[in-house]
Amino acid sequence: MATVSDHMTPGIGQVAVDAPLTAADGTPLRKKLAQANRRARLRATLLVAPLLLFVLITFIVPIGQMLVRSFHEPTFSEVLPRTTEALKQWDGADLPDEAVFAAFADDLKDAKENRTIGQVATRVNYAYAGSRSAFTSAARKSTGFEAPYKEALIAADDVWGERDLWAVMKRASKSYTPEFYLAAVDRTTDVDGNIVMVDDFRQIYVKILLRTLYLAGVITGLCLLLGYPVAFLLASLPTRTSNLLMILVLLPFWTSLLVRTTAWIALLQSQGIINDVLVAMWLIDDDSRLQMIYNQTGTIIAMTHILLPFSILPLFSVMKTIPPTYMRAARSLGATPWTAFWKIYVPQTVPGIAAGVLLVFILAVGYYITPALVGGQDGQLISNFIALHMQKTLNWSMAAALGGILLATIMVLYWLFNKIVGIDRLKLG
Amino acid sequence: MKTVLKSTVMAAAAFGLFAGASASADDLTVVSWGGAYTKSQVEAYQKPWMAKTGHNIRSEDYNGGIAEIKAQVEAGNVTWDIVDVELSDAVRACDEGLVIPIDPAELPAAPDGTPAVDDFIPGTLSECAVATIVWSTIYSYDASKIEGDKPTTIGDFFDTEKFPGKRGMRKSPKANLEFALLADGVPAGDIYEILASPEGVERAFKKLDTIKDSVVWWEAGAQPPQLLADGEVLMTTAYNGRIFNAAAGEDKPFEIVWDGQVWDIDLWVILEGAPNKDLAMDFLKFSTSTQALADQAKWISYGPARKSSAPLVGLYQDGKTEMGPQMPTAPANMKNAVQNNFEFWADHQDELNERFNAWLAG
Repeated sequence: MATVSDHMTPGIGQVAVDAPLTAADGTPLRKKLAQANRRARLRATLLVAPLLLFVLITFIVPIGQMLVRSFHEPTFSEVLPRTTEALKQWDGADLPDEAVFAAFADDLKDAKENRTIGQVATRVNYAYAGSRSAFTSAARKSTGFEAPYKEALIAADDVWGERDLWAVMKRASKSYTPEFYLAAVDRTTDVDGNIVMVDDFRQIYVKILLRTLYLAGVITGLCLLLGYPVAFLLASLPTRTSNLLMILVLLPFWTSLLVRTTAWIALLQSQGIINDVLVAMWLIDDDSRLQMIYNQTGTIIAMTHILLPFSILPLFSVMKTIPPTYMRAARSLGATPWTAFWKIYVPQTVPGIAAGVLLVFILAVGYYITPALVGGQDGQLISNFIALHMQKTLNWSMAAALGGILLATIMVLYWLFNKIVGIDRLKLG
Repeated sequence: MKTVLKSTVMAAAAFGLFAGASASADDLTVVSWGGAYTKSQVEAYQKPWMAKTGHNIRSEDYNGGIAEIKAQVEAGNVTWDIVDVELSDAVRACDEGLVIPIDPAELPAAPDGTPAVDDFIPGTLSECAVATIVWSTIYSYDASKIEGDKPTTIGDFFDTEKFPGKRGMRKSPKANLEFALLADGVPAGDIYEILASPEGVERAFKKLDTIKDSVVWWEAGAQPPQLLADGEVLMTTAYNGRIFNAAAGEDKPFEIVWDGQVWDIDLWVILEGAPNKDLAMDFLKFSTSTQALADQAKWISYGPARKSSAPLVGLYQDGKTEMGPQMPTAPANMKNAVQNNFEFWADHQDELNERFNAWLAG
């Protein structure tokens, strides 16, 4: 495309060392090249733009907003601005003084007017159980309060004379708070501001997070164990047969998740097919039917089945590329079948193993529907608790904090995985 | 991945709702609990109202709670007009400004001229909500599966030695803690006073511990009759109307034990920013009239919230079952009954839900 123009060429045999190369229209070649590159880049950007925008709008922005919620909860300061201001002056040693109570009484009137008191009541009730009705009833009575407000409020409900409640309110009045992250690891702040464990009968999230990681690990292990021989079989059979068998892997993969989960319910429940068959064969007694669902066993069985294709497919695609001659060469050089397999074959499948393990594990850690349906009480994962806080308790900040912790955990595991296996060695198919 | 899925699902749902909404913007959207209960509302309220006014109703189901209401109002994309909620949720939604205040003076008077304020059973009108029914959480068993002595008290539900077998319970502390204390011998009148103390909660959970391993947990109201019918459980707590409909409507051998029932009310609320607020208000007035409430009792065994409706309650739709004795409010059924204390639950549900979940997972 770019040619050195004639008049620049001094003569045959001589080379113009300093003269810049130019394009046909006389512009320097370097500039021309940069232009062309820019155009290509722009074209590429335009092509990717719809996807980029889509990912931004449906993925990055919502997740970002959700994560912000986990540490930013401005309800209190928005609904009770004067109280928030007045509480800044309070040292927390004794009950707040009249100024705080007066500001609070003023705010209550507004909150009643705007019907926003419920939002604050809910917010404070997370940290101070049982205070909800004190807020709503104080708002109802707010028009009747007269100075001195401190006496008036305490006369309306003793709880306004509790220093602990005011300490909780002072904490809630700060818009940025670590409270939800603390709660998500079973910790809380006591009245003096120290971080302490919550009562042991309320500790749950650390246990659930560990259980989620443990179950995801077990499921990943099972998927690898069951998937490896299947992938090996598929890869070593003639193409016609293996394509036929491949359908058996792909059909369930294409079937709806809900259908497969409910199918497992029909199979495993105590009045289900497997138990019926076992009873009919006199293997178990009618009164001692096996409990295989609505517990951890159910979660493990159903999720392993559902995630199995994610481990078979990458393994298969890697195994397909390994020439069988390597194994034969190893055998002819005197290796036992086991040595040849372990020393020659397995190392070559590591990219497939790694991809399968990573896919299955990350999918399993965030799984929601299957454990919700078959998990019963001890087969629930952390996503089920995120859903609980989104849908039932409406504590969205708590859901966001749990989600944040789950995200961070996965990031750390991904980083570890990258250190150990190397992400560039992955082969997804 | 899960989040991608979720946003995709949400986007799809949003498009779905949008498409649905734009197809019929004038239709009133009425949301209730599904199954036999929604059917009773369709027959007693919706069909006559549609015939009278010529407007259409789109009926949707949900599983209770105010999460969807909150999400719609906060996002400013309200698609529901009028929703059937429990009392504690009605009060909470009202406090948070999610539903509109309703002036009881606007409700129709009883046929004899008694104003609505005096006609409704005390406690069934609140700032933003109007009650339709009194319902109850009871426990029920399959009579064909129990030989000899039948269970008669709430204590029998917790007695797995006398009645060995699985139990069904709602996956929520609500009503279950009350049942546990009643079974542990606490008089109905003292339940909430005891439950408000840490020792009381401890005691309730201890009682629940005794049957924890035998419990199958349910979430939707339609599940317990199914669990009983499938033989998955021997006894289960349930909403009384669902069991009645399975027994009277489908001839199932289910018996209700009224001892220790925990009764509550269901109310209509109209969402803040509802697209058809006026229609919703009209529907609300129509459906809480004396006759409409009495008609509903023909379809399900929930008690009407108006005193003037009670004498009009007649036979079940099969034409032979007398509905009066099937109501939670029938004197024979009220001997040992607890009224769900919404204020207690509004105050303590965060804490007790958390504890209940920790207990379940432990």
